[in-house]
Amino acid sequence: MLELVIISALNGVLYGLLLFLMASGLTVVFSMLGVLNFAHAGFYMLGAFFGFQISKWFGFWWALLLAPIIVGLIGAAVERFALRDIHRSGHVAELLFTFGLAYVIEEVVQIVWGKDPVDYRGPPSLDFPAFSIFSTNYPSYKVFMFAISVAIFVALLIVIKRSRIGLVVQASLTHPQMVAHLGHNVGLVFTLVFGVGIGLAALAGVIAGPILQTQSNMAASLIALLFVIIVVGGLGSLAGAFVASLLIGLIQTFAVSLDGSLASLFGPLSPDAPQFLIRNIWTVTIAQVAPIIPYALLILVLILRPMGLFGTRET
Amino acid sequence: MGKIALAFLLMLMPLSGFAMAQESVRIAYIDTLSGGGASVGVARLKAFQFLAEDVNAKGGILGKKLEIVPFDNKTNAQESVIQAQKAIDSGIRFITQGNGSSVAVALTEFVLKHNERNPGQEVLYFNYSSIDPVLTNAKCNFWHFAWDANSDVKMEAITNYIKANPSIKKIYLINQDYSYGKSVRAAAREMLAAKRPDIKIVGDELHPMLKVTDFSPYVAKIRASGADAVISGNWGQDLALLLKAAGSSGLDVNWYTYYGVATAGIPISLKQVNLNHKVFGVTEGIANVDYAPSREFEKRWRAKYGEDFVLFAPRQVNEIKMFVAAAEKAKSFDPIKIALALENMEIDVFDGGKGMMRKEDHQFFQPLYVASFGELKASEPFDEEGTGWGNTVVAKIEAKDTLTKTSCKMTRPQ
Repeated sequence: MLELVIISALNGVLYGLLLFLMASGLTVVFSMLGVLNFAHAGFYMLGAFFGFQISKWFGFWWALLLAPIIVGLIGAAVERFALRDIHRSGHVAELLFTFGLAYVIEEVVQIVWGKDPVDYRGPPSLDFPAFSIFSTNYPSYKVFMFAISVAIFVALLIVIKRSRIGLVVQASLTHPQMVAHLGHNVGLVFTLVFGVGIGLAALAGVIAGPILQTQSNMAASLIALLFVIIVVGGLGSLAGAFVASLLIGLIQTFAVSLDGSLASLFGPLSPDAPQFLIRNIWTVTIAQVAPIIPYALLILVLILRPMGLFGTRET
Repeated sequence: MGKIALAFLLMLMPLSGFAMAQESVRIAYIDTLSGGGASVGVARLKAFQFLAEDVNAKGGILGKKLEIVPFDNKTNAQESVIQAQKAIDSGIRFITQGNGSSVAVALTEFVLKHNERNPGQEVLYFNYSSIDPVLTNAKCNFWHFAWDANSDVKMEAITNYIKANPSIKKIYLINQDYSYGKSVRAAAREMLAAKRPDIKIVGDELHPMLKVTDFSPYVAKIRASGADAVISGNWGQDLALLLKAAGSSGLDVNWYTYYGVATAGIPISLKQVNLNHKVFGVTEGIANVDYAPSREFEKRWRAKYGEDFVLFAPRQVNEIKMFVAAAEKAKSFDPIKIALALENMEIDVFDGGKGMMRKEDHQFFQPLYVASFGELKASEPFDEEGTGWGNTVVAKIEAKDTLTKTSCKMTRPQ
């Protein structure tokens, strides 16, 4: 039992950190532009495929460096040359634009790399078990993933809270006109933040690609979960996104390891109870409903605390 | 110029349609050609077209060319029915489909209804891959033929293999949470209890279908259960990600699966996490079966599509082979006559040995292979997906040992 708890905790934290890498960019962009960037997971996928391609040519470490930069530049270009103009037409137009962009990215990936998963591997130098805990090997690649995620979180926190750039960014979020009057280029700040956000998603893709499967439908399954995280954490709150990511990572992981059901709690139903609804609900295990728990959490948060756990304004 | 070209085109169009109807017999391929399952759907389409070319190179069927007409059903039951209607409206009388049991159930019900309402316009449904046992049991009908071993038959093969391996003592079941996954787990429990009552089932998991991105928690659970073998009916990313998570955490169990060999994407994942001959699959044939004709076909196929790692399924070859044989036996393309000719038809299957289409439920029975994926021996020429590893036959189960009971009671045309 202890074994399962510790392993699950490790797995949960790791999964949560990966989610945070993706959600951090999304939450900042959301609060700045007020737009749910539906294409965010698409850029994550683009990062994974760029990472695959570059690591094939030059090795994994170059991919880790170059892929997020290239994808980040693409993201910045999207903000500068498309989103900024569309911004004037209102939120619905922006929403539709990112929605369409998500499809375009998916199609482009399918055209270039096909629909099958690609053979994307981590670096051979990390291809050994870092440590063994209760006979479960922990690949050093996962430890590396852990380190990168924590490093990014700390770095982001320092930049936003302690540096001058962070100060300008934070001010631009709430008082863009004022910041512009003080002589800062708010447009550039937006482009920069958007680019960095997209770059972070791409970084997550480069790192997650070898562990999860790199294929053209990897974005679609993720985007909904990311929205849950940024809403639960509170819009625009980096710490909120961090906590919510870990929370959801842990909840999902632990829920899977629980086999309890209403039947095991209260005993089996009488045999003449109706099969439809009652009997089905009675015997379903917590493990089976694990994937919907985040969405249940989303609904609860929206009802009880609409601004999210760490948010300051209402969604 | 433009006008002349247009007039010319207009003249040509009805002509070509007419010519086609005269010269070719058409099979509507209604399957998933876009979205998540497209890689499989497109590969299977290429294989059917490849087979049709083969048939036509030998002079066609009864002097007519065989033509495969693709329709995209988007893996959606409702859309499949619409596409089937479209195919029938264009005069097609044979439908083939394989991916997704929900689609198969919708199609078989649609074909049954259509044939009842349109006597003289009957349509046949050749199911090459959907393996929900319900299709040849409760929902069986005269117009549906299944070429892949259904889920119960495959489990029969797996449990026969397990029966002969006394080292297996604790088994964990993990399956997708929908009708097919539930039928796999039910069959596993029932057959293991009958064949190896000493085996302990230490876990019985249903996980959401195609929604899990990280299987590490499930792997941790399997490890905690102390299982030495896992049975899973998973397919697609649910299998690839599960095996990848298991391999990278060093979980040392044997995997008995339906789709662990000979499905796209799995070989790459297994090589990545170094699962060498740990994953077993049950299938009607693999590239390395020691049989000259199938190896020759495999070579020709790989010469054409090998670089793209496109897989065909031997059951597709069996289906087309039997369709040709049935038409020639019936000397007609009348669906009822072809259906009657198919019943109890025996053929030499693609990978050698005899196969038979059982009359009672229209389920095809054939020799099945339990194979594992890993390093190849010198006598095995074919690797998978450029990994250098390939599939090795570990056991062959004769067709007679795979016969299952059926509850099918079909109404036959008078």
